[in-house]
Amino acid sequence: MNNATTAPAIELKGISKAFGPVQANKDISIRVMPGTIHGIIGENGAGKSTLMSILYGFYKADKGEIFIGGQKTEIPDSQAAIAAGIGMVFQHFKLVENFTVLENIILGAEDGRLLKPSLAKARKSLLELAAEYELNVDPDALIEEIGVGMQQRVEILKALYRQADILILDEPTGVLTPSEADQLFRILGRLREEGKTIILITHKLREIMEATDTVSVMRRGEMTATVKTEDTSPEKLAELMVGRKVLLQVDKTPPTLGDIVLDVQNLRVVDEQGVERLKSISLNVRAGEILGIAGVAGNGQSELLEVLGGYADGTGSVTLNGEAIDLTGKYSDGKTRRARGIAHVPEDRQREGLIMDYSAWENTAFGYHDDPAYQSGIFINNAAIRQDTEEKMERFDVRPPNPRLSAKNFSGGNQQKIVLAREIERNPDLLLIGQPTRGVDIGAIEFIHQQIVALRDQGKAILLVSVELEEILSLADRVAVMFDGHIMGERAAGETDEKELGLMMAGVET
Amino acid sequence: MDVMPKWAEVVLVPLISLLLAAILSGLVILAIGEDPIAALKLMIDGALGSTYGWGYTLYYATNFMFTGLAVSVAFHARLFNIGGEGQAMLGGLGVALACLFIPWPHWSLGLLGAIVLAGAFGAIWAAVPAYLQAKRGSHIVITTIMFNFIAAAVLNYMLVNVLRPQGAMDPATARFPEAVHLPTLHDILAPIGISFSKAAPANVSLLVAIIACVLVWLLIWRTKLGYEIRAYGHSESAAKYAGISPVKITMIAMTISGALAGMMAINNVMGEAERLVLNATEGAGFIGIAVALMGRSHPLGVFIAAILFGFLYQGGAELALWTSIPRELIVVIQALVILFTGALDNMVRMPLERIFLALRKGGN
Repeated sequence: MNNATTAPAIELKGISKAFGPVQANKDISIRVMPGTIHGIIGENGAGKSTLMSILYGFYKADKGEIFIGGQKTEIPDSQAAIAAGIGMVFQHFKLVENFTVLENIILGAEDGRLLKPSLAKARKSLLELAAEYELNVDPDALIEEIGVGMQQRVEILKALYRQADILILDEPTGVLTPSEADQLFRILGRLREEGKTIILITHKLREIMEATDTVSVMRRGEMTATVKTEDTSPEKLAELMVGRKVLLQVDKTPPTLGDIVLDVQNLRVVDEQGVERLKSISLNVRAGEILGIAGVAGNGQSELLEVLGGYADGTGSVTLNGEAIDLTGKYSDGKTRRARGIAHVPEDRQREGLIMDYSAWENTAFGYHDDPAYQSGIFINNAAIRQDTEEKMERFDVRPPNPRLSAKNFSGGNQQKIVLAREIERNPDLLLIGQPTRGVDIGAIEFIHQQIVALRDQGKAILLVSVELEEILSLADRVAVMFDGHIMGERAAGETDEKELGLMMAGVET
Repeated sequence: MDVMPKWAEVVLVPLISLLLAAILSGLVILAIGEDPIAALKLMIDGALGSTYGWGYTLYYATNFMFTGLAVSVAFHARLFNIGGEGQAMLGGLGVALACLFIPWPHWSLGLLGAIVLAGAFGAIWAAVPAYLQAKRGSHIVITTIMFNFIAAAVLNYMLVNVLRPQGAMDPATARFPEAVHLPTLHDILAPIGISFSKAAPANVSLLVAIIACVLVWLLIWRTKLGYEIRAYGHSESAAKYAGISPVKITMIAMTISGALAGMMAINNVMGEAERLVLNATEGAGFIGIAVALMGRSHPLGVFIAAILFGFLYQGGAELALWTSIPRELIVVIQALVILFTGALDNMVRMPLERIFLALRKGGN
């Protein structure tokens, strides 16, 4: 390790940044030594991304100083950040899909008016970089034709090509399979050996524990602690993130299985472009059981939820409690599904589950606005819905408990609680639930998981889709893995592990 | 948390926009060598200084209320109905048919019949583009504007070849029978002792327009249908998730919108001209877009904005009459108001939001 006389690669002193009334960063100081991997962990909205955006020149801090390699540095824009040797790998890649790898790498860093010399130069240094850091990519492949893991490498190479000594990675494993994530961490380790400094932003405790040397915890815009990773534990970090003790493992008893509630046979979905998204899927869910659907995002899970939820057409047979459900036509919509006893917490609550500009009470009626209890004559009984919302907010601990506030003004966790309260309290036979804790803070995750398990214990059937393998393993009684529109296989949750599921998620028959 | 208090959002933003438009208009008037203060005085005098002026202002405002509401209802479903002009033309045809071919015993029954037919004609004219959008994906902005031209052609044909009385020179219908003459504001206000100009065209349709404002408010914010229309307008993906049919909402919202635009004809055709002439709508369908924009698609906002535009219309006409300011400049002034209150809304909003933020921070 470095001795105390080396200047830190990055030092932030007293950084503050406010957006209107929201204090996103409050007096943050941090030192990152060169040649280390420094993790920054915190719940959504804790201010991690804001801090990194300041470092990369997207925002200007209200107060505070930035030192790069001991030099006080002003970073008014991303050009300055690049000049200071900072490279950023965004959560959503910024690549041109129909350009080759090489073209993407020189984009914005072309030397002259003619492309050819730049490309030749880039090809040469790309080969050098590949050899130095074991970052192998085909320079002539089109971005749209390579996998996400590869695309991420291109992003890293882009930063290295611009001579970045400091790499910031924002939630880099969100779109990766477990084995791709392992590969990424190997690459990061290699970069560290070569003296690069890496800042890893994540909300996954496991990654922090595995990959980092030091870790800083952020909560509500403040840096609550910076510790050596070897001196801490996941439980301790979680507590620092939330400010109280958190149960990371879900408490649950073995399931009491009932009859088959949902039976899906040979379900096919073809999208508008004619691409087959679901390729003849069969599965069933029993009463009192949670079936977890694991898989990397984009392998047909969303389509499965959409067709079961009634807003995409499919072919095949789906029965609920033995009775057939229409998969096309007039009676294949969300309204009919709800009337049949299928509740649905969609994957994307901001686009589907909620109307962000509607108040909490309007959202509480959403999808159930036909309920006679919500009507008075030809009008909607706003007061009754507000009353109902107030009670639901209390039972689900939604904060702030104000039914008149717009959905967009609630945090991710509280938004999800509004959706959950709406769907669960309808006492459905089957609950479809997608990414229940995406973008949800740890404190709320615990609560949401408890609600799901409680519903199962009432003898309801639950179909859970999640890209978080940990979540699937801790909640589901049975796990089905989806890959490329197929079900790769099913396992009892107790008889499998991340490794086996990870292989199946990558399409490997086991 | 909302950045600005509600009153600033609703009152301050349009007021400042209006002020900016007024200042710029003043500069334009100054540039052509006229006195802006005198011009403003003349406008206010001409539009609001007498019951005659008020009568015209309110007459125009009635038109704009109907078309403004029409645009608003569609806009809540995020449908941009710019076919109000054509729908109002067809509404005029409906009114003419109702008045000419049905022997109404009393004007009130005639008005009801005319409302129904005008609404139905406007609704049908809007339903076709709605169907094309809902089922075929043809963009409603394109189709509704094309339908304006078709409507103009239809009216041309009907007036020249079908409805024109034998021997008449101008393309217009015969005068409506005496029984369906609508009472003017003069007739309505006289019994309660208020004297109102006899010559002004404002009539009982104004009350119908106000009732329409209230009904639209109830529809949008108090009924299930309004809830679904707004939901669809805010987020189509969420509406689909909830089982709200995009086809149904598109059809219904556009039909209501078209009906409202069509109903304008009870004011200009039945109330004022008392016969159907060519180009009876005089662009009111398009002004409705500006009115809805300025009124934030809220019936109360539409009501106020409609009166403002009624003022601009009447005041502008007075300006053209009494000064050497050319008629075209009046259109420039109206355009500036539309530009500032509609299109450049953010230009006022953003700095204002910053001021309020700074104030709040100071208060903390």
